[in-house]
Amino acid sequence: MVESATTRILLRLGALATLVFLYAPLAVIALYAFNAQVTQGWPIQDWSTKWFRVAYEDEAVRSALWLSVKAALGATIVAMVLGMLLSLAVSRYRFFGRETVSFLVVLPIALPGIITGLSLQTTFQNVGIAFGLLTIIVGHATFCIVVVYNNALARLRRMSGSFEEASADLGADSWQTFRHVTFPELRTPLLAGALLAFALSFDEVIVTLFTSGAQQTLPIWIFANLQRPRELPVVNVVALFVLLASIVPVYLAQKLSRGAATGVPGGEK
Amino acid sequence: MTSVAHSDPSPRPRLGRRVSAFFDRHPRIRLAALLALPVAWLLVVYIGSLANLLVASFWQTDPFTSQVVHTFTLDNFKHLWERDVYRHVAWRTIKMAALVTIADAVLAFPIAYYMARVASRRMRGVLIVAVVMPLWASYLVKAYAWRTMLAHSGALNWALGPIGLAGPGYTETGLWLVFTYLWLPFMILPVYAGLERIPSSMLEASSDLGAKALHTFFRVILPLAFPAVVAGSIFTFSLTLGDYIAPGLITSEQFMGTVIYSIRGQALPLAAAYTFVPIAVMVVYLFIARRLGAFENL
Repeated sequence: MVESATTRILLRLGALATLVFLYAPLAVIALYAFNAQVTQGWPIQDWSTKWFRVAYEDEAVRSALWLSVKAALGATIVAMVLGMLLSLAVSRYRFFGRETVSFLVVLPIALPGIITGLSLQTTFQNVGIAFGLLTIIVGHATFCIVVVYNNALARLRRMSGSFEEASADLGADSWQTFRHVTFPELRTPLLAGALLAFALSFDEVIVTLFTSGAQQTLPIWIFANLQRPRELPVVNVVALFVLLASIVPVYLAQKLSRGAATGVPGGEK
Repeated sequence: MTSVAHSDPSPRPRLGRRVSAFFDRHPRIRLAALLALPVAWLLVVYIGSLANLLVASFWQTDPFTSQVVHTFTLDNFKHLWERDVYRHVAWRTIKMAALVTIADAVLAFPIAYYMARVASRRMRGVLIVAVVMPLWASYLVKAYAWRTMLAHSGALNWALGPIGLAGPGYTETGLWLVFTYLWLPFMILPVYAGLERIPSSMLEASSDLGAKALHTFFRVILPLAFPAVVAGSIFTFSLTLGDYIAPGLITSEQFMGTVIYSIRGQALPLAAAYTFVPIAVMVVYLFIARRLGAFENL
C-alpha cells in the first residue's frame, strides 16, 4: 500500500459520500409511498399505507403491470437465445467481421435511446405492424441482447476451449458437447443475464414510449400520471414497486455470479 | 447447432446424430448457424430501422395534412441549418453532456479508487453491488425522485436550509445535477475496473523514486486510468445527448431529445434529420474514444 493513512480516510469518506448521494433519492421516493397526504411536502407529516390498497385496486395499474411483465418476459427470452448464440460464435471462432459484430451488439445501448425509439417507430409504421406487445418486445429485446451476451461471453472467455476439445476427442458430437460441457458452464451467467435483461426491460421508458402505441406499461403509466397532482400518491406506490422490481433481480444476478454480472460494458471483471 | 438440434422433434435419434455429425465436419457452417439469428435480428431490426429513419430525413411533410410525402428533398437539413434555434439547442445539449461527463468523472474517482485499492475483498464485493443496484434501478423513478426533491418544499431545500444554502430548483443547473446523478454508476464501474488493473508495483516504483502522492496520482494513476474514464464517458455523454424525459420533468428548457420528441408527430422528416446531429456527435465521440484506447476498457 502506498496510500497514506490520511489519503485512505479521505477516500473512505469520499466513497461514503458517493453512496449517500446514490441512495438518498431512492430512500426519499420509498418514504413518499407512505405519505398520507396528497401534497408532496417534505418532511412527511402523516404516515399511512392506505395508498397501497388504492394502487392495488386500480385497474389501469393492474393492466399496465401485466403488460410490463409480458413484455419483459418476451424480451428476456429473445435476448437470451440471441445473446447466447452470439457469445458462442464470438468466443469460439475467429471470423471476418468479428469486431463489427461485437460493436453492433453494443450499439443499441451506446446510441441515445431516442434514436432507437424513433427508428423503430418509423419502421413499424412503414411496414404496417400494429403497435402493442409485439413491438414493445422487439424494441426491448434489441437492447437487452448485449446484457446476456456480455455475461455469457465473460464466462466463455474464462472457460478454456480445451474442455470442448476433450469432449470431442472422447467421441461426443457437437450437440452432446454443448449439452454436457458448454451449457452447464453457461447456466449461471445466462440466468444472471436474464435477470438483468428482465430488470432492464421492466422499467424501460425511453424506447417504449415510441413502440407501445396506446398501450401502457407500468413506467409509461407512471409517466402519464406524473402530470396529475391527484394521482401522485398512487404514482409513489407504483414507483416504489417498480424500483424494487428493478433492484431485486439485479441483486439476485449479482449473488448468482458473485459480483461479476454488472451488465455494463467495462464493468465486467 | 443448438437451433437445428432443437427444431428436430423426430423420435429417431439417428437424424439428430447425422445433423450433429454434419456440423462436426463443417465448423464454418456451425459458425453460420450460430450467427444467423442474432446477426439477422441486429441487421434487419436495428440497423434496418436506423437506415429507414435516415432515409426518412430526405422526405417531405405535407404542410396541410402533416402526412409524409415520399419525394426526395434536402429542405429538412436546410431548415435545420437556417434556424438558429436548432443550433442553440444542439449546442446547449452538447454542453450539458460535456459538463455531466466531467462531473461524473470527478465524482467517480474517490469511490472507484477506494474500491480498487483500499477496500478489503469483502468490502469491495459489497460496494460493487451497492453501485450496480442504483444503476439498474428504474430510470424514470430516479428522475421522478429528483423532481420531488428539487421542488420548493422538497427534500433538497430542507436538507440545505439549515446550512444557509438552497437547491438549484427546476433550472438547468438542477437538470445538470439530475443527469450527473443518473449516469454516475456508469462512470464508477469502468473507472473502478481500470484502476484495479494498475499493478501496485507501478505505484510503489513511483513512490520509491521519490514521487509524492499527488505527483504519483497525476503522472502515473491518471494517465493509466484515462482510457477507462473515456470508456465510462461514452455512456454519460450519449445518455445525456438523447434524453427527453429528464429535461421535460425538471426544466422547461429545450434539448435535442425534447425537440425531436415533440416535432416527430407533425414533421417526422425534420425530426429524423435532427437525429443526424446526436448520431454524428456520437460517431465522432466513439472514434476519438477508440483512438484513446477506451474500447479495450469496454
